[in-house]
Amino acid sequence: MELSKAVNSSTTIKKEKKYSPLRELLKNWKKQKNALWASLFILLLITVAIIGPFIAPYDPYKPDYNAMLQGPGIDHIAGTDEYGRDIFSRLLFGARISLTVSFLSVFLGAIGGTILGLLSGYFGGWLDRLIMRSSDVMFAFPDILLAIAIVAILGPGLTNVVIAVSIFSIPSFARLVRSSTLEAKETVFVEAAKSMGASHFRIMFQHILPETLGSLIVFISMRIGTAILAASSLSFLGLGASPETPDWGAMLSLGRDYLGTSTHVVMMPGIAIFLTVLAFNIVGDGLRDVLDPKTKNE
Amino acid sequence: MSKTLLKVTGLKKSFSIPAGMFEKKKLLKAVHDVSFMIPEGKTFSLVGESGCGKSTTGRLISRLIEPGDGEIWLDGEEISQKKEAQLKGMRKKVQMIFQDPYASLNPRMKVRDIVAEPLTIHTNLSRAERYKQVSEILEVVGLSDYHANRYAHEFSGGQRQRIGIARALIMKPKLIIADEPVSALDVSIQAQILNLLKELQAEFDLTYLFISHDLSVVEHISDHIGVMYLGTIVESGPKEVIFSNPQHPYTKALLSSIPIPDPKLRRERIILQGDLPSPVNPPAGCRFHTRCPVAMDICKGTEPPVKPGETAGHFVSCHLVE
Amino acid sequence: MEKLLQVEKLETQFTKDKQKIKILHGVNFHIHQGEVLGLVGESGSGKSITSLSIMKLFKGTSGEINSGRILFNGDEDLINKSETEMRKIRGKQIAMIFQEPMTSLNPVMKIGEQLLEPIRLHLGLEEKKAKEHAVSILKKVGIPRAEEIMNEFPHQLSGGMRQRIMIAMAISCNPQLLIADEPSTALDVTIQAQILDLMKQLQQKEKMSVLLITHDLGVVAEMCERVVVMYAGRVVEEADVFDLFESPKHPYTKGLIASVPKLGQKKEKLDSIKGNVPNPSELPKGCKFAPRCNDVMPICYEQEPPELNLENARSCSCWLYKEERGGIRV
Ligand SMILES: Nc1ncnc2c1ncn2[C@@H]1O[C@H](COP(=O)(O)OP(=O)(O)OP(=O)(O)O)[C@@H](O)[C@H]1O
Ligand SMILES: Nc1ncnc2c1ncn2[C@@H]1O[C@H](COP(=O)(O)OP(=O)(O)OP(=O)(O)O)[C@@H](O)[C@H]1O
Ligand code: SF4
Ligand SMILES: [Mg+2]
Ligand SMILES: [Mg+2]
Repeated sequence: MELSKAVNSSTTIKKEKKYSPLRELLKNWKKQKNALWASLFILLLITVAIIGPFIAPYDPYKPDYNAMLQGPGIDHIAGTDEYGRDIFSRLLFGARISLTVSFLSVFLGAIGGTILGLLSGYFGGWLDRLIMRSSDVMFAFPDILLAIAIVAILGPGLTNVVIAVSIFSIPSFARLVRSSTLEAKETVFVEAAKSMGASHFRIMFQHILPETLGSLIVFISMRIGTAILAASSLSFLGLGASPETPDWGAMLSLGRDYLGTSTHVVMMPGIAIFLTVLAFNIVGDGLRDVLDPKTKNE
Repeated sequence: MSKTLLKVTGLKKSFSIPAGMFEKKKLLKAVHDVSFMIPEGKTFSLVGESGCGKSTTGRLISRLIEPGDGEIWLDGEEISQKKEAQLKGMRKKVQMIFQDPYASLNPRMKVRDIVAEPLTIHTNLSRAERYKQVSEILEVVGLSDYHANRYAHEFSGGQRQRIGIARALIMKPKLIIADEPVSALDVSIQAQILNLLKELQAEFDLTYLFISHDLSVVEHISDHIGVMYLGTIVESGPKEVIFSNPQHPYTKALLSSIPIPDPKLRRERIILQGDLPSPVNPPAGCRFHTRCPVAMDICKGTEPPVKPGETAGHFVSCHLVE
Repeated sequence: MEKLLQVEKLETQFTKDKQKIKILHGVNFHIHQGEVLGLVGESGSGKSITSLSIMKLFKGTSGEINSGRILFNGDEDLINKSETEMRKIRGKQIAMIFQEPMTSLNPVMKIGEQLLEPIRLHLGLEEKKAKEHAVSILKKVGIPRAEEIMNEFPHQLSGGMRQRIMIAMAISCNPQLLIADEPSTALDVTIQAQILDLMKQLQQKEKMSVLLITHDLGVVAEMCERVVVMYAGRVVEEADVFDLFESPKHPYTKGLIASVPKLGQKKEKLDSIKGNVPNPSELPKGCKFAPRCNDVMPICYEQEPPELNLENARSCSCWLYKEERGGIRV
């Protein structure tokens, strides 16, 4: 066909680099200076979580009664706690616990919330009302109170913290995904898929879910910060990790008796939590600019 | 006479639209008693102004929205009351082409997956077999494998519309519902796509339901035409009759409104007064009487019946026509 | 006839991601006193940017005029005017109607307020006189219940009515030049017929010059006396409307006219122009139309054709007519 040659030739004139969404993303990501630093910090944190136990200078569990409550110094860069345990080593070990707990709980919550949000937005009707009213009920409680209630029922322990935090994440994820689903449902390409006879399952997962992915990833990174805070709070209250575990929240909790005398015992895990939460929020903001241009103010 | 592929009788659809806080819900009568038929291998066009219910008619026939009333016979089968699960056969026979070549293709899918989607849905072909068919069909619409591995937004409007056409063709459908397929394109590209649609019709023996507001395009592509006004077909018939011997005052006005791309031809123009009435409160009697230059008293109270014209297949709804 | 507006070698560019993209590449044309000039071309050819350049309306965009002259009323070069001076010209001497009547009217302001603004500003009428003037203008553009409409908001009106309001605002200060950018494209055919009819009557009554931008050749044939055809930010042909449709010179114009389906024309296949409209950031070398042209010659890929003046005050930028000036080719 003569026509086809014409069309091809005009597009092949210039051999430009092939478009790929990933390359586009990376290109835009490099423009986000703050988020770039924050994501490097998180990368470092993840590395620490993996290799921390191998590089820790001391055993995080072993008491040293000769070095109790020492301030930061040459031997112990972050000082020691009331049992003389090296706080820096405990922080390194704690990174693994905090990250695992928060990642796991947010991902579980995201999966649950996404499925509920998709169903709710896509089918509407009584299913939508049921899901949305139930999440309204959960929203009526402050997050942390809900988590406390869940752990109180299930009993303390890190596994139950994960369960509690993921459950209280579900409604916010469901809301978010529902609203992007409602929007995506009205697009012409979804209508096109319907006209081809695509199943509900296919429409939801092939066409609608990818539309929500951008805002979902943004929200996940923000929620990880929240989850770290929540898990730490639970441990602080004695509902999460047991006191001897080097969990950042549990460390805070131990240190609170020495607030007046040895501030560093509280300061060190406090700073760790603060920086981590901040980094995740900055990354979340950056991701929003890159992935979710609708909310970007140009 | 060839066999009738699509026959629609008495099709109706109202949407309930949100009213003010304390008011009753209102009904918007988008399609009101539409009937027509399309012989196999022919093109029937629905033409009319914005909001007259063309797209709604198309979406009703493709069962994207539930018909309120009426019958839709496709290839000897009544499909208006079937449940989605029973529509598999119909979904293979009927494919759609949409107006907006940008919005109708999923921006996150590669062209070859977009075009292969009907196969993915309806067949058990392997990926390699699907992609082979995609290559073939892309060739047919004037694209090549070069385009297959890219995303749709890397292409111009005309090329995207070709992708949309390839997707509609891949199931070898019988009926293609094309809702303003060239309205968003530049004139020079519009001609390419119209030619392509005609070639494909001859090659694959396709039947088109063509929706457009552009009468010149409609005249070029159609065999039969239905002129819509406020949800009803006011006149329908073979293209030659509609264009050379229109009977309904609205058809006449519509035809005379088209600017002719030739400065030497100046035609007597019938300029209609006023605006389109709202489909929420359509005028009683003949729906056109508020703007009709030749309206009579009877038009205000009585809805005109559908009367056959002089030529076979020509129908007019107007009190003026004997 | 006297020239009211003369645009010479106009170049306009935008900056995107620190990259300068030239949109207009030396646009030349003129409008006579009391004439309707059509500016046609496909989407992206630079029609709107040409009109915005004349008005110097680049606020909020990266657009800027690089070079060229825009002579208005003899020797006033608009390019050298300051923003304050331009503000006095806009609305008073040169008025504009935009394609989208909804976006160019302020949704939260009453019609009357919007209409009175330019009248107060440019005509300096006192309140009561200004109101009377506004109502009379509304009546002139065929708006029923003019007094009531003054107190209504844009969303209460139909598309056709809003376009009439836009026209009323544009002509309220008796401009010498009216720039109408696709004034009827967003409207239905029967409403378009009303609006074009109205514009025609007003133009004849007020003896305004009109620059009518459109991509619809039917509208051009109906409304314009002379036509300028644009392609990829350049004027490729300029001619009297009868000459243009009778014997288009530039291969693009020929293709464009042949692409349009015409009523009553029994043709199996439309003539179409192959290929696609080029993107302004990746234009081909030489003649910008060369990759799509049926008459292309080797020189077309190398050098841009100059603007050639032909008989009947026509001009055309195409290598095909290089010799015609010598009378060899017709
Ligand atoms: N889902 C819907 N809900 C409510 N009203 C609708 C819906 N779809 C269409 N309508 C209304 O029904 C009427 C007919 O719409 P339709 O889209 O069929 O018109 P159309 O002839 O295709 O017009 P256009 O040329 O603008 O596409 C319009 O008044 C429209 O506002
Ligand atoms: N604010 C802007 N920033 C960057 N580029 C722009 C801007 N406005 C317009 N352009 C580019 O300038 C070119 C010409 O645009 P213009 O609006 O003049 O086209 P047009 O001929 O009016 O087309 P249409 O018929 O679609 O209105 C286009 O390629 C467009 O992408
Ligand atoms: S200059 Fe050459 S390529 Fe350009 S329009 Fe003329 S003949 Fe065609
Ligand atoms: Mg429509
Ligand atoms: Mg424009």
